[in-house]
Amino acid sequence: MKSFAEINDKIRSGKAVVLTAEEVTRMAKELSPAEIARRVDVVTTATFSATRSSGVFLNFGESDPPTRPERLELNGVRACAGLAVDDTFLGAAEGHPEKVGYGGAHVIEDLVAGKEVTLEAWGKATDDFPREHIRTRVSLESLNEAYLYNPRNASNDGEVAVNSSDQIIYTRAGVLLPRSRNAAYGGAGELSPLVNDPECRTIGPGTRVFLGGAVGYVAWNGTRFHDAGGTGEGRSLALVGDLRGMSTAFLRGVYHERFGVSLFVGVGVPVAVLDEDMARRVSIGNERVEAVIVDHGNGGKVLGTTNYAALQSGEIVINGQRVRSAPVASLAKAREVAATLKSWIAAGEFLLTEPTRPMPVAGALRRLEEKVD
Amino acid sequence: MIKKLVLSFPVDATDRPLIYDLIRVHDVSINILKAEIQPGKTGSLLAEFEADERGIDEAIAYLNDNGVTVSPVSSKVSYDRERCINCGSCVSACFSRALSIGAPEWILRFDPERCIACKLCLKACPLRLFKIEFAEV
Ligand code: SF4
Ligand code: SF4
Repeated sequence: MKSFAEINDKIRSGKAVVLTAEEVTRMAKELSPAEIARRVDVVTTATFSATRSSGVFLNFGESDPPTRPERLELNGVRACAGLAVDDTFLGAAEGHPEKVGYGGAHVIEDLVAGKEVTLEAWGKATDDFPREHIRTRVSLESLNEAYLYNPRNASNDGEVAVNSSDQIIYTRAGVLLPRSRNAAYGGAGELSPLVNDPECRTIGPGTRVFLGGAVGYVAWNGTRFHDAGGTGEGRSLALVGDLRGMSTAFLRGVYHERFGVSLFVGVGVPVAVLDEDMARRVSIGNERVEAVIVDHGNGGKVLGTTNYAALQSGEIVINGQRVRSAPVASLAKAREVAATLKSWIAAGEFLLTEPTRPMPVAGALRRLEEKVD
Repeated sequence: MIKKLVLSFPVDATDRPLIYDLIRVHDVSINILKAEIQPGKTGSLLAEFEADERGIDEAIAYLNDNGVTVSPVSSKVSYDRERCINCGSCVSACFSRALSIGAPEWILRFDPERCIACKLCLKACPLRLFKIEFAEV
């Protein structure tokens, strides 16, 4: 048994043994969980995936005379005007009404790149806020606050998308060729954060993480935090971090054809190897990380399950048919995140934080019921 | 040898039956993979030329003399490597397997010899990094 405090002492004195989740999985081929628990202190996990459930909270300050916005746009993309007068939230997946392929995620990337962004606000004049309209430019430097918030990130729901129909379809998993000619999968397999700690024994509100190239924190459990019935699938994290310090290398606005705008976010989560149980969990290899095969050409019918070892081999078998598989999330980038976080911890710059409270008990996921008046 | 080439025809393309001449006179066997020709505009043809090296060189010279530019596919289909995040979304769409990604590096690989200029990667790349010069529309 090791405590967070003991691991942090080791990190401070530069003696902590830090491995990436892929490295520890390789080690587990030769060493027992007990031995790994003795030797390894921290395992870094990561993903680099399209995360539509992202956005930024911004405070742009008051103008003189001030406006009380009822409608707000950043580079023409609609942002929330339902907060205090100079606060807003811009959703990453909010699309530009005319410019197809541009949206909130691109505005976020522009801000991180240091570019100026046009802010336009409209409101009714009030006694305190007489101005009805303002159009100006803001940048990361001119804003009072700018922080990224992900209501849902690092979800460990492995899903593989195929299309059995005879038409090409465009989905959130990208282009799906007809008659199941390809299978598209997300996630980073054994490197994914919640695959290595599905019960969230070491992850909870307050956990310090890598987010978009900077230090961020777990704010809460992610939305849709549920128990998918298997070996801990269904979990996700809500993350928060200062946009200042983030980098476009780990935060990229994208557009999925005929689906919409999304933000690729690099996330790295350190997992403390507290005991043999955690050592066993972080040893998980791709062949034990399962993914459900979903037919997007047939109303989301589940066709079976596969695992990441098969997916990463480039070919899976669905109902006896060999299907080419390719990712839609970047393993190369996820590895870069895991290696960066590892170097921060090894250099003693990044200490682990014990969760301030455990994650909630995961129940079943509710669906939206349609009620008629 | 087999060479995959993109032929760009000018607006005022010659009246001579070029492809016919290539086959008959220059003894090149031609497999046309893709053609995009708008009347009164430029046209492009993606084709495999099979002959010995001299035969292919002569065929290219003959086409050039008739105002047709001949270029390898790799010069016509490209993507911005600098901005690529190696997500693999284009690989999914590329059924001719010109694009691939996998162990150990998981970095996108592009084999132009397998490309058939189907243009699916244009839409599949969420960063719009592909450029395919194939017929001006
Ligand atoms: S044009 Fe078609 S064949 Fe060529 S790289 Fe793109 S998807 Fe592959
Ligand atoms: S889809 Fe675009 S970003 Fe992704 S690997 Fe292909 S070229 Fe790179």
